[in-house]
Amino acid sequence: MSTLFLLVRRSLRQHALSTLVTALSIALAGGLLMAVWAVKTQARAVFTQTDTGFDAVLGARGSKLQLVLNAVFHLEASPGNITAADYDQIRANPAVRRAVPLALGDNLKGYRIVGTIPEFFTEGEYAPGRHFKLAQGKWFALMAREAVVGDFAARQLGLKVGDTFHPFHGLSYNPSEQHAETYVVAGVLAPSNTPVDKVVWIPVEGVQTMTGHDPKMSDELSAVLVKLTSPMVGFQLDRIYNREGSRLTFAYPIGAIVADLFGKISWFDQVLSLVAWLVAVVSAAGVLVAIYNSMSARRKDLAILRALGARRVLLFASVVTEAAMIGALGMVLALAVYAGIFYGVAAAIRAQTGVALEPWAWTPVFVWAPLGMVVLCALSGLLPAAKAYRTDVARHLAPLS
Amino acid sequence: MDFLTVKNLTKSHPSPEGGRVVVVDVAEFALAEGAQLALRGGSGSGKTTFLNLIAGILAPDTGEINLGGESMTGQSEAGRDRLRAATIGYVFQTFNLLQGYTCLENVELGMAFGPLGRDHARARALLERMGLGARLGHRPSQLSVGQQQRVAVARALANRPRLVLADEPTGNLDRANSREALRLIRETCREEGAALLLVSHDEDVLADFGDVMDFAALNQAGREAVR
Repeated sequence: MSTLFLLVRRSLRQHALSTLVTALSIALAGGLLMAVWAVKTQARAVFTQTDTGFDAVLGARGSKLQLVLNAVFHLEASPGNITAADYDQIRANPAVRRAVPLALGDNLKGYRIVGTIPEFFTEGEYAPGRHFKLAQGKWFALMAREAVVGDFAARQLGLKVGDTFHPFHGLSYNPSEQHAETYVVAGVLAPSNTPVDKVVWIPVEGVQTMTGHDPKMSDELSAVLVKLTSPMVGFQLDRIYNREGSRLTFAYPIGAIVADLFGKISWFDQVLSLVAWLVAVVSAAGVLVAIYNSMSARRKDLAILRALGARRVLLFASVVTEAAMIGALGMVLALAVYAGIFYGVAAAIRAQTGVALEPWAWTPVFVWAPLGMVVLCALSGLLPAAKAYRTDVARHLAPLS
Repeated sequence: MDFLTVKNLTKSHPSPEGGRVVVVDVAEFALAEGAQLALRGGSGSGKTTFLNLIAGILAPDTGEINLGGESMTGQSEAGRDRLRAATIGYVFQTFNLLQGYTCLENVELGMAFGPLGRDHARARALLERMGLGARLGHRPSQLSVGQQQRVAVARALANRPRLVLADEPTGNLDRANSREALRLIRETCREEGAALLLVSHDEDVLADFGDVMDFAALNQAGREAVR
């Protein structure tokens, strides 16, 4: 075995440049494959589990997905407003454990300002059993012009406790749409790695009564986050609001609605995966070409080794092992490529949604992708290995005397 | 007692004009254990083919080769590889050192495929015996031609062979190096108890041997070619 590895090691060193170039192409392919897979599986898992501790969203009549994206992920526009009476009615429903209002319509330099009540933080959960926490300061007081800023938004906007700001009207930043009200940062949230991190939170009345907003809509809400007493009542409320009613939409369960979105864009995942696999196969073919092209130069060495008593099968194994080692080296380098791609994509997702993906969170792709690439490379070594196997010893030991 | 015996050995190659050309046709040949014999022969006389047949690198068309009681010709290719790795050392005219390996690794590979396996200490001792103790980590390309030949000799003796085949082993050396290389080959074969079968066309080399045989007299195919 040690002789086999000596042969492989020396051959890799003798063809160091082509080994490195081929390993780099494997690294690109392997890194891309792992990143595509890890991002898609982790994004699906994280997004479908992101419900900030609520089961459903009640909002104006429209798409359930739009409602969830707006109220939970703070993406998209609100499908419309609901009345205070709608909020009071669902809050009073004995099947509802908790109902938290949300009011949208303003931003701070592109970061959404959302009005809510302190219970959103104190009773909501960013992960099962984990309530939101403050990194500094205190929760806002309901009737005060105070704000609690999400971790990501605070860092991007450079806000800290005691800083003041003027909200801007609308969900998109327009410097000419500044409101007159001055808000003070009362607290900054600890990171929760959820969409909550990229929002500037103020009391719900603050959004409702902001100067420039229509006074007739001052008691309206954008949505209500709902925590139910049991999963069964969700289907009852779904029937009441969605089938029997025609004015409101009850989006339940949140996770299934988001999963449905991923289902709709699964073709995109498949195309990305297919591209990644094609790149992997092309890279493995590169291993074949690199080794095959060097076989003429290796013939003499192979003949000498055979003359020294090396069996054909050992030389065959050495070429296959060499191809596998190039694959293994490539997959070690692929970790750097993977990290580069993942951090880039994760940063973009974080900026857009507030959701943080963890690059080194365990996923089976860390096992099957390297193994798959090594096996693929070993298979690509079979053809040059067969050539090594057939080496004509006497002819390549020439000259004859 | 004979270590190597050859009987009715023939080997032919395809001819460019069609048909086959017989290059080796040896009716009988023997070499005693520990003996040292030189075969005289010119270029194209079939000497290398004869040595390759004895080493089991080539399979004969007909005939029998016996090495220390074990038939080389009755073996599968893998069997011939095993027998060669266990009993034969081979010194080539062009040295045939592995250029990507150090001197020490070249010598270790001389024993790697036989029953001894890679023996670092023996490889080192052999190279020191050849005066190359300070060149263990050097590549062949970093050595002089004479030094390369000494590495080739050390490698041929690495597996404690009972027979060393030397094919024009001094063909690429100047006179002084040639004499030194020959002395080393003969001395170390004696020390290791290995028989030596050397082929050469160099009369200076042959003059050093008490026992010299004309390959043309041995090889009937060669005689026909001369005629």
